[in-house]
Amino acid sequence: MSESTVADTRRLNSKPQDLTDAYGPPSNFLEIDVYDPQTIGVGRNRFTTYEVRMRTNLPIFKLKESCVRRRYSDFEWLKNELERDSKIVVPPLPGKALKRQLPFRGDEGIFEESFIEERRVGLEQFINRIAGHPLAQNERCLHMFLQEESIDRNYIPGKV
Amino acid sequence: FYLFILIIKTYFFFGFGQSAELDIVISDAETRRTAEHKTEDGKKDKYLVFYDGETVSGKVTVTLKTPGKRLEHYGIKLEFVGQIELYYDRGNRHEFVSLVKDLAHAGELSCSQTFDFEFAHVEKPYESYTGQNVKLRYFLRATLGRRLNDITKENEIVVHTLCTYPELNSSLKMEVGIEDCLHIEFEYNKSKYHLKDVIVGKIYFLLVRIKIKHMEIDIIKRETTGSGPSVYHENDTIAKYEIMDGAPVRGESIPIRLFLAGYELAPTMKDINKKFSVRYYLNLVLIDEEERRYFKQQEITLWRKGDIVKRSMSQQATIAAQRFEGSRAANSSAKEDSS
Repeated sequence: MSESTVADTRRLNSKPQDLTDAYGPPSNFLEIDVYDPQTIGVGRNRFTTYEVRMRTNLPIFKLKESCVRRRYSDFEWLKNELERDSKIVVPPLPGKALKRQLPFRGDEGIFEESFIEERRVGLEQFINRIAGHPLAQNERCLHMFLQEESIDRNYIPGKV
Repeated sequence: FYLFILIIKTYFFFGFGQSAELDIVISDAETRRTAEHKTEDGKKDKYLVFYDGETVSGKVTVTLKTPGKRLEHYGIKLEFVGQIELYYDRGNRHEFVSLVKDLAHAGELSCSQTFDFEFAHVEKPYESYTGQNVKLRYFLRATLGRRLNDITKENEIVVHTLCTYPELNSSLKMEVGIEDCLHIEFEYNKSKYHLKDVIVGKIYFLLVRIKIKHMEIDIIKRETTGSGPSVYHENDTIAKYEIMDGAPVRGESIPIRLFLAGYELAPTMKDINKKFSVRYYLNLVLIDEEERRYFKQQEITLWRKGDIVKRSMSQQATIAAQRFEGSRAANSSAKEDSS
């Protein structure tokens, strides 16, 4: 082998890219919106639900578009299921705000507009981070949360 | 009264200080090349560079602090030592090279004296290394034996181990991925690189279903000390080099061109005297939009190339032209194939 003071930095040969791949739609499209908070019920039995809308072209999700209504405790349920079954480090949820649920507050407590908005943003960040994780995408609980009308808490946990 | 003070002063000056000073001078110190080597506390010092088989010769000078006052000693000797020191076991310094030359038998020195020495064709099997948990060094140590305290002087040298181009140097090529999410094929042009080499490679994306933000290559040094049940690894990221910014799609090929000369690298050391190893890894890291990291580590071997004679400008131009001709011929034949 000849020794040379000029280093060989030529690129390795690679296959030319197919134009349909280069200009086609990306195969990693995943968008989840958490919006339209609605407070349902009266008095002490009120709770807030949020609309969770998902659009994707990942083949692992059965529906390419889905729209469901979920409340904070549903998100908590999802977090617990994933912490137990999957090996991922689950990101934190926005706070439980127990202090806001105590009586004798000057404001609306957990039904205060600014608090709901803060929580909405936190839940949107949470679900987007989870749903994009390849290991979380294997769990049945995530698919049930995002794409089924209601959550069956007696489901059999498992992988998709 | 003043005479008393004078006597006290002279006693302090001669009684408590060293009565002689040793100095070791290596014979070709002017012409020999030097290298900067890190000390244990991170400072950099210049040392003379020696290679395996080279003779180490020079002079040891004994300088008397008070000429005229005789210096009694039990012998003067010079040692050439190659030693491995594990920081967690400093009591046991392991000497793998130990040569002694007696410069003078027990006696008296009435004036400063110089002794010549030569350690012929000394074996220096390993490269000098100062790491996180272990140190391998070579040094000359002159000792003048005395009743209470010996007078010693050490002079450290640095040893480099040289290699030539390896006969077998296959490329590293592999397909890795996560089922149905991300499949890539990576290729590095060689598995053994010299310290001033260039890593040329490419990453080819077969399937991308995650949102990648950027991709980088890290060079990781792993120092392993100990053996059996008490093995200890120390990882250090020497370099981080971004090779792609933005989201790739299927079929895209990202080139890699990483110049090693810009980093502080030393040759791979495998199982040195069964005490420690220093190995290098290339770590390919992909980071997605949620800061999740996907990585693939691959070991490479680093070696030190001996200096070559610089060719003339016309010789270099001829070599470059030949390579250009070769690549042009390859491209035109490829075009014929695809049409």
